[in-house]
Amino acid sequence: MSEIMQQARQRLLEPTALGDRELEKLMSQLMSNQVDYADIYFQYSRHESWSLEEGKVKSGSHNIDQGVGIRAISGEKTGFAYSDDLVLPALEQAATTAKAIASSGSDRQVPVTLKSGSSEALYPAIDPVTTLEDKAKIDLLESVEAEARKQDVRVSQVMASLSSVQDIVLIAASDGTLAADIRPLVRLNVTVIVDDNGSREQGTAGGGGRFGLTVFTDTDQALQYARDAVQQALIKLEAKAPPAGMMPVVLGHGWPGILLHEAIGHGLEGDFNRKGTSAFSGRIGERVASSLCTVVDDATIAGRRGSLTIDDEGTAGQNTVLIENGILKGYMQDKMNARLMGMAATGNGRRESYSHLPMPRMTNTYMLAGESDPEEIIASVEKGLYAVNFGGGQVDITSGKFVFTSSEAYMIENGKVTYPVKGATLIGSGPEVLTQVSMVGNDLELDHGVGVCGKDGQSVPVGVGQPTLKIDELTVGGTEV
Amino acid sequence: MSAGKNLQQSIPSEVNEIAAPLQEVIDQALHDAVNRCGASSAEADASLTQGSSLTVRLGEIETIEHNRDKSLSLTVYFDKKSGSASTSDMSAEAIRNTVDAACSIARFTAEDDCGGLADADQMAQQLPDLDLWHPWNPDTDTARELALECEEVARGAGSAISNSEGATVSSHEGVGIYANTHGFSGTRYGTRHSLSCSVIASDGQAMERDYWYTVARDRSALQTAAEVGRIAGQRTLDRLGSRKIATCQTPVIYEAQVASSLLTHLISAISGGALYRKSSFLLDHKGKKIFPDHINISEQPYLPKALGSAAFDNEGVATRQRSIIKDGVLMDYVLSSYSARKLGVQTTGNAGGVHNLMIEHGSSDLPALMKQMGTGLLVTELIGFGINNVTGDYSRGAAGFWVENGEIQYPVSEITVAGNLLDIFQSFVEVGNDLDNRGNTITGSILVEKMTVAGE
Repeated sequence: MSEIMQQARQRLLEPTALGDRELEKLMSQLMSNQVDYADIYFQYSRHESWSLEEGKVKSGSHNIDQGVGIRAISGEKTGFAYSDDLVLPALEQAATTAKAIASSGSDRQVPVTLKSGSSEALYPAIDPVTTLEDKAKIDLLESVEAEARKQDVRVSQVMASLSSVQDIVLIAASDGTLAADIRPLVRLNVTVIVDDNGSREQGTAGGGGRFGLTVFTDTDQALQYARDAVQQALIKLEAKAPPAGMMPVVLGHGWPGILLHEAIGHGLEGDFNRKGTSAFSGRIGERVASSLCTVVDDATIAGRRGSLTIDDEGTAGQNTVLIENGILKGYMQDKMNARLMGMAATGNGRRESYSHLPMPRMTNTYMLAGESDPEEIIASVEKGLYAVNFGGGQVDITSGKFVFTSSEAYMIENGKVTYPVKGATLIGSGPEVLTQVSMVGNDLELDHGVGVCGKDGQSVPVGVGQPTLKIDELTVGGTEV
Repeated sequence: MSAGKNLQQSIPSEVNEIAAPLQEVIDQALHDAVNRCGASSAEADASLTQGSSLTVRLGEIETIEHNRDKSLSLTVYFDKKSGSASTSDMSAEAIRNTVDAACSIARFTAEDDCGGLADADQMAQQLPDLDLWHPWNPDTDTARELALECEEVARGAGSAISNSEGATVSSHEGVGIYANTHGFSGTRYGTRHSLSCSVIASDGQAMERDYWYTVARDRSALQTAAEVGRIAGQRTLDRLGSRKIATCQTPVIYEAQVASSLLTHLISAISGGALYRKSSFLLDHKGKKIFPDHINISEQPYLPKALGSAAFDNEGVATRQRSIIKDGVLMDYVLSSYSARKLGVQTTGNAGGVHNLMIEHGSSDLPALMKQMGTGLLVTELIGFGINNVTGDYSRGAAGFWVENGEIQYPVSEITVAGNLLDIFQSFVEVGNDLDNRGNTITGSILVEKMTVAGE
């Protein structure tokens, strides 16, 4: 038995004396109605966070959440119940509730034998909360605030936070899956306010991933976030009104890859495509981007925020090609939608917690590097926008209309970056925007590890990335007509 | 420690049954924090929410979900230092561990002069029954029939309706207790039922989706399934054939269900946290005129059956009916005891937010507002989060209708609306009487004099 499976059993099953026999029996009971598939998802989640403002770490919190979610699927129907109690009677009750979705069959119990496979872990099986002494966490946040203040006298407020999560999951499914994962996740965030004689702006930077907190103390990274946040705020102080209307847009590398997440990522999730509600439904094999574009969803990069050794259904994380040289290649699938569409699961079945149903979700979504020099891309624009940093985004899956909001952007005039402009929302159509990509940079970068994706009220950590790229025409939602 | 002040609260007996074990959990946590760990003060909140939701899609059940969530959260104070912890496990051992975790954190946090419980004299003295408890718990057949009827009406709204995201019936009830070592203990309780439907229309070229929902404390206040289905279907059909418009500056009407977002931005900007951090575009605006004369906005926490009603806030402080904007002037901020101390004033009973924010409306319905506007944009949906709370700069994706001579001409999409919130607030021309009361912010449609629309 792998060490991860052993640790997961110790945390989730042994305290209430649950073993394989009990799980197999419970699974057989679940399958006794006309159920096609069932799974049991055990989770223990521990979260600690500290936050600093006005030079002091004034607050900290610690949260523990644990429970088990039980799902039964019959055709396209899903029954779901959960319990925050891990004892057998509570599980049996949840199983009875969940399987009521299917018509009852005979009393015959369907035997299920669980087998644990193993996948090579993409991150260490640690509890990141314990990777740094509490005192050192405080010192780290204080050093971040000192670094920010050192940059400029106009820095009037520094807010910094540090969070660490350990998630231990164990999944048993009627297809015989028995899998476990231990997922660390850390994040450091800095927000600064600068004040220039009453004119104020804000800058934010941060990052993290699936590793321990020592990454922030062994390297200069945390201090770099502080410097980046101050620089961004100071640039925004000088920013002029943003333009309104359609124009060429150059997107910087890294986090601006949120474009891909909103414009095409959500529209390629299996559930919307099975139901025919996505603007991309039925379009596999068609051209949806310029031939310069190859986009993947890759759960397999070690230590990234969106990476998963296994997904929340026990399927190994994969690198799935979504668009290859402009042609739509595939969807992201969980087990249910894959089965109903006659496709293979792609390791994208994710859920916020045991109390939520799994569905197809992104992991790390990015565009592969092209051949253009980023400077050459900017030089090619007569008049347009150069957007290097973004806030959030959103998409209407069905119409394909999406937005993402720039937080740091500049005007390009006659091939040169001239002056900063204030944040503005960019809006476009998912199936069309990538056909407008005319240059792709050779500078692929992934984001620093800050993405949170929301869908149907469920939040999961994700990553994005891209090289610098040029979109010939996109609507910029500024105020300057 | 419980009910130290013997607050009279007339609580339905079902609520009492749920509340009793929560009270025990809270008593144990507070007692443990003070007597075993030596905290100088502490506060705790324990809650239980339960219910179920059923979704049908294309005439068949798609999902049935049963929810039951409980949690205990605790903050301990050691003079001026604090620590917080929470747990979903309410066993005696887990409570003890949670108290330890909070106390452990408090060893490392810095002293904070403004921290601590809200002042004892601010605790709510009366906890009137706000008529928020109306359990429903529809059985599977009842919920299924309602959802089926709703979806069927929506799908029958027109031949262009091509697909469905389904119709959902949900019913939930929640009970929570907040208590602190001043001796305050208050129980909050309420039910919440909803019916929603979303369908898709196609003209062979493009697809559009829209939805409608109804939500209420009491199921008898819900719109009928047929009504929800009819509106969802019609709204979806109305969007077919949408196009961009040319970039321009134009008057804009925010339909009631999106107009509430403008008031939410106001509240963010006058909230204590943004003010003491000097990160609000409305810093130092108390007493100043930020809306036209005819705009009045109030907080009304004691409305019977309303979704945002509450007699005490997250710190046990009495909520108050009060004016926030009077004749266009900002009367007061939105503060917790912490942010109030930072600003050197008293809490306004808003730890956790405002309770039933209402804007005074005129006598125009939406068609009359469109007549008044003449030519301009009617916004029915907003996407994205392009609001800068520090500067008030505003830029969001939008969809809606182009209006000429007071009449809808055609649907529009893939555009943005932009401006600065200070300018937008000052150019509120009229508030319609078509109130949307499905949330904590209650407003009619709002006509704004001028914004920048980016399109083609």
